[in-house]
Order: sequence, then C-alpha cells, then structure tokens
Amino acid sequence: MRGWGVVRENNNSNQGKAMDFNLMVEVTPLLIRAAWVTIDISSRAIFFGFFVACGLVFLQTFRFGPIRWFARGYISVIRGTPYFVQLLLVFYGGPSIGLRLDPLTCGVVVGAFNIGAYMSEAIRGSIESVDKGQSEAARSLGFGKIRTMGYIVLPQAASLMIRSVGVLAIVLVKNSSLVSIISVVELTYQAQRLIGSTYKPLEIFTISALMYIIIVYAVMGIIELAYRRATRYTTQ
Amino acid sequence: MSTEKQTDTPMVEVRNVHKRFGDLEVLKGINLTVNRGKIISIIGPSGSGKSTLLRSVNHLEVIDEGAILLDGVQVNRPDMKGLAFERHINNIRQNMGMVFQHFNLFPHLSTIDNVTLAPRKLKGMDKKTARDLGMEQLERVGLAEKADVFPNWLSGGQKQRVAIARALAMKPKVMLFDEATSALDPELVEEVNRVMRSLADEHMTMLIVTHEMGFARDVSDWALFMDGGVVVEECTPDKLFSNPDQERTRNFLQKHLGNNH
Repeated sequence: MRGWGVVRENNNSNQGKAMDFNLMVEVTPLLIRAAWVTIDISSRAIFFGFFVACGLVFLQTFRFGPIRWFARGYISVIRGTPYFVQLLLVFYGGPSIGLRLDPLTCGVVVGAFNIGAYMSEAIRGSIESVDKGQSEAARSLGFGKIRTMGYIVLPQAASLMIRSVGVLAIVLVKNSSLVSIISVVELTYQAQRLIGSTYKPLEIFTISALMYIIIVYAVMGIIELAYRRATRYTTQ
Repeated sequence: MSTEKQTDTPMVEVRNVHKRFGDLEVLKGINLTVNRGKIISIIGPSGSGKSTLLRSVNHLEVIDEGAILLDGVQVNRPDMKGLAFERHINNIRQNMGMVFQHFNLFPHLSTIDNVTLAPRKLKGMDKKTARDLGMEQLERVGLAEKADVFPNWLSGGQKQRVAIARALAMKPKVMLFDEATSALDPELVEEVNRVMRSLADEHMTMLIVTHEMGFARDVSDWALFMDGGVVVEECTPDKLFSNPDQERTRNFLQKHLGNNH
C-alpha cells in the first residue's frame, strides 16, 4: 500500500477519497491510445484467422487422409493448449528455428492461427447444420456440388455462423491482453506501465476494464446487427 | 408391366432395381415403366421403399443393382466416376422435377428467385427472360402475387406450390412427387392437389408417391402397391382401390380408407 501514501502526499485534493479521479482522467487518453492497439491486433487477427479457418475447413474436405489428419491434428493442438503458451512458444521459441517476429506481428499471427482453429469448427458446424433437404433440392435441380455449396448452403451457413464466430471474436479480444507479456503496447501492457509509475492499480485497471467492456459490447452489437440483417428474411 | 400402355414410349424405366442400407434390403428388384404423358402413383405403408424408389430415380439414393433410364438415357452409371459422372447426373437431373415432402424451398431467396435460380445459373438465362419464365410458372400454381415474398412468409400449401413451380421452371420431362402433401395441414392439401391435377391435364409425365388414396385414384393412369421392398400389385387405379387381387393390398387399403374420405 506504499503507493497510496505517495499519491496522497503529491495530490492533496484527493485526500481521503477511495479513488483518485484526477489521475483517472489524466491516464485515460493514454489508455484510449493503447485500446486502439488492442482493437487493431484483434481485428487483424480475426481477419486473417478467417482465412486460416476457411483453409482448415477446406483441407478437411480432402479425400486424401493425411491432409485431413493434418488439419484435424492442428485444430486439436491449438484447442488443447493455452493461448498464452502458444504465444510464448512462438515468440521465444520461434527464433531458434529462424522464426523471428516483432511483438506486434507475433500477436497478430498467433491470434490468427489460434482463432482460425476455433473458427474452422464453427464454420464446419454451421455448414453441417444447414438442412440436408436444401442441398438435395439444389442437386435435384441439376446443381453440382460446388454450386450447391455456393448458392444454397454457404449463404445459409453464413447467417448461422455469425453468432458463434462472434463469440470467438470476443474471446480473442479479451485474450489479446495476454500479448502484453511479449511487450506489445496494447491496453493491458500500457495499464501495467502506468501503474509502474503511479502505483495506482485500482484506478488504472478499472479504466482498462471499462475499455474492454466498451470494446466487447461494441463487438456484440455489431454481431447482433449482422445476425439480424442476415436472418431478416428467414425469421418470422 | 403396364401392357395396355405400351403403345406409348417409355419416359422412365426402372429395371430390376435393388437398394440396400447396410444389411437391410429396401428395394428387392423393382420394375416399373412410366410412359410419356402418363401418371403413375405408388402407394404403400411407410418403410415399404416407395420413397427410396422415387429418390433413386433422381439418384438421391444410389442403387446397388439394376438400371434406371430417363427417356432412354441411363441415370445410374456404375461405369462412370468422379467429375464425368457429376456432369452426367447434373444434366440428367435438369430434366427431372423433384418435389419433396418438406418443400425444401431456399429460405434465403425470394419466391421468384427460388424459381429462377436454376434456369439462370444452369441454363444461362438472362434475368429478364428468367423472371418472365418464373412469373409464368408462379401463375401456373396461382402464386404470381407472392413473387417477391420470402418462403417463410408462405403457408405450407403455398410453399409446396412454389416448389412445384421451381421444378417446372426447368421444363422437366418428368415430375417426381415424394409425398408432396404429407407434411401439410389437411385444409391445405387440396390446393396442392389442384395444381397437380392441372399438370395432369397438361399431360405432364408424373411419378407420384402418395398417401392420398382418393387423389391417386382420380389422377393416375396406373397404380402400384409396394410393401417390403417389392411391388405387390399393379393395375389400373380403379381396380387397385376397389377390387385388388392381393390380400396385402386389401389389408392396407382397409386400414387407410378409414382415414381417407
């Protein structure tokens, strides 16, 4: 509790108060700037992760076993290990095999390959949950497998996957706080840095928590809007 | 076989078709001919194999033995593999209209798009021509005013009529109906039957799997009773429904005429 004493001496207007509001106002712009980094790495990871996911879904449609097994194996490894460990492994272990990434790139790449594995399962699930009668009807009209997928199954799967992919996006945003460990100056890293100089963990972590809430609920709002838009024709 | 009908040319031929699901043989050597412009109904208890037979004609079920021909062209081609067979079956299917028990309309497309998607994408029809064709088909089933509505806003009967229009838009040589009215509320059955009757009046070739005995009797030129994967009896519908030869047919009809008018 040494920190409290220090600030009380320096800032008389806050004497006796539980929280130092002046300090909170002061650090907010710095944390907002760091929050943009959080949004930036998360959205880039989600963007690239989508392609990773599509690739994994595609690989699993191969008839040649080893390709399918590779995809399944990759997904199992990602799902079976903590994101934190994946991050440390690539950042600190990578250089020994010639994989040298700067912290920001590493955060985006590990994030993309992590969410990609989960997202591929969500995409596959939503494709499989499109009623079989839909593809039968398309095939009976004379559509081939690929066009049945493109015109009939995927458009319906897309609206089904919005919510499940959205949940993953939210998890990724929150997990992005872990990249602070490899010194990416995002929201959590910045918060820790400010605490280092002010000794005010309660104030600063409260603000950063509020910022995570704002980001997460904004993402939720976007997902909900997208979902409603995608299903406006199919729900009564 | 339908000897008195053989003045016509066969449109669909089913020759000694066998189909197994694992150890269960659901079709045990079925033979059937549908001549051009004729209507054949298949009745029978559930599990008799009648739906499997109809789906086999469209190759939605792959038969294990025998041959199915559409207008003289073999549908199942065990000798063909991969992409070559894909192309073959896609071409064949463009000539067959299939109507499903659960309609299977595409919920993300408007009614008119449901009808015109296949002509546009498979026959390369331009938007305007396709829309005209689509409206024509929707008028045929009495739903032109629903063209821009999405399927989930339609009643079951309307959905099935749109599904019929969708199949008709490909100008099929034969229409296959797989229990088209079984999923409908009783009061909606008649509007679908009316559409099917109008197709009969236009001499559309039809193969109908149904539980509607009265309807089958009215519209069909020939009727089959299937049970346990075999055709137990086939004859004119009047004879099948009033004076069948087989004990199994009589038992089945007795059970069902109570529920049907």
